[in-house]
Amino acid sequence: MIEWLLDGTLAALLLILAIAVIRASGLYASVVLFIAFGLLLALTWARLGAPDLALAEAAIGAGLTGVLLLGALAHARPERPSNTLYGYRWPAALVSMALAALLIRAVWPLAETTQPLPAQVMTELEASGVSHPVTAVLLNFRAWDTLLELLVVLFAFLGLRQLRLAPLAHTEPWPLLAAWGRLLAPLALVIGGYLLWRGTSAPGGAFQGGALLAAGLVVLRLNGVLPALSWRQWPVRLGVLLGVTVFLAVAALTHAFGAGWLTYPVAWNTPLIVAIEVAATLSIALTLALLVVGEPEEVHP
Amino acid sequence: MTEWLVWLSWPLLLAGAFFFIAGTVGMLRFPDVYTRLHAVTKADTLGLGLVVAGLSVRADSVQAVAVMLLIWLLVMGSGATACQLLGRYQREHEAQQEGRDRD
Repeated sequence: MIEWLLDGTLAALLLILAIAVIRASGLYASVVLFIAFGLLLALTWARLGAPDLALAEAAIGAGLTGVLLLGALAHARPERPSNTLYGYRWPAALVSMALAALLIRAVWPLAETTQPLPAQVMTELEASGVSHPVTAVLLNFRAWDTLLELLVVLFAFLGLRQLRLAPLAHTEPWPLLAAWGRLLAPLALVIGGYLLWRGTSAPGGAFQGGALLAAGLVVLRLNGVLPALSWRQWPVRLGVLLGVTVFLAVAALTHAFGAGWLTYPVAWNTPLIVAIEVAATLSIALTLALLVVGEPEEVHP
Repeated sequence: MTEWLVWLSWPLLLAGAFFFIAGTVGMLRFPDVYTRLHAVTKADTLGLGLVVAGLSVRADSVQAVAVMLLIWLLVMGSGATACQLLGRYQREHEAQQEGRDRD
């Protein structure tokens, strides 16, 4: 009974927040509501027994996306009071509803039948090199998907560079904020490292750990503790490209000398997965931090 | 022995819930930023503190209590810092507006 009350309230709040995000009077209010929506969605994933998704949603969906949206808002021109987009509402609603219908049609059968995949993963888990099934899927059985995800992050960063945004004026950091940032950054480092380390045996991993490390980097940069981060510095380039490079090197080596593209030799399972995870975490952290506080390029006439 | 501990936890949990609700109502109803900050920080510190105390009484292990206490400390610290920062922002904003009105 009490559990139904909690779940029902969560679901109702999610719907209300989703509507409020669209109906809010200004873009700033929409962004704040969207962050709240992401946090509640993370709580919902946790209630559904998917802590991996909950962590990813809290770190990336709510935290990082929220910061990116606020950054985009700072770059945007001031809103005009008249709602010129009103005419697009109904076509947008139609497209969304059609998409939702398609998704529901795809997902609905999953709820009724038992899928053979989880059982298969559990029987193969021994040979995967890690003891957490989600990590086994992400970095062994379906490592190809994760490699492509890393490439998506890289392309997002390269795409942002093409926009040549004007630098945002950062004010002198207030002493209290600087002091709190110095306290938070080591915490982000410890928790991010912990999430990465325990990813092999429990919920956690490169994306969640990387997002937390990125948060620490952003806090330190905004407080002026870190020097400016720019693509022109070679350590930054190395860090951003490290994850994809290590992953591709492993893929190429297994293809050339092993059983095939991203099929790890059994004896090397664990060290290879850990090496890829560490490299991916560093790259994700640096790339996400650059997306938020990276120095814009100088425009050459 | 655990029976009375469970009973002891109820007043703590209910008091915590009261402070959360009072903080929320205050944030919605109070007239300006400073009084709203006053209301909402009570929820962070007292509300969460009482809930943590109530749950600690019921906890199975010392480790769980320690984790909850650490979370409380972190939330309290971030709440206090955010409150000060918002207050300062508001004050500087008001000072700017006054300066503009005088011109």
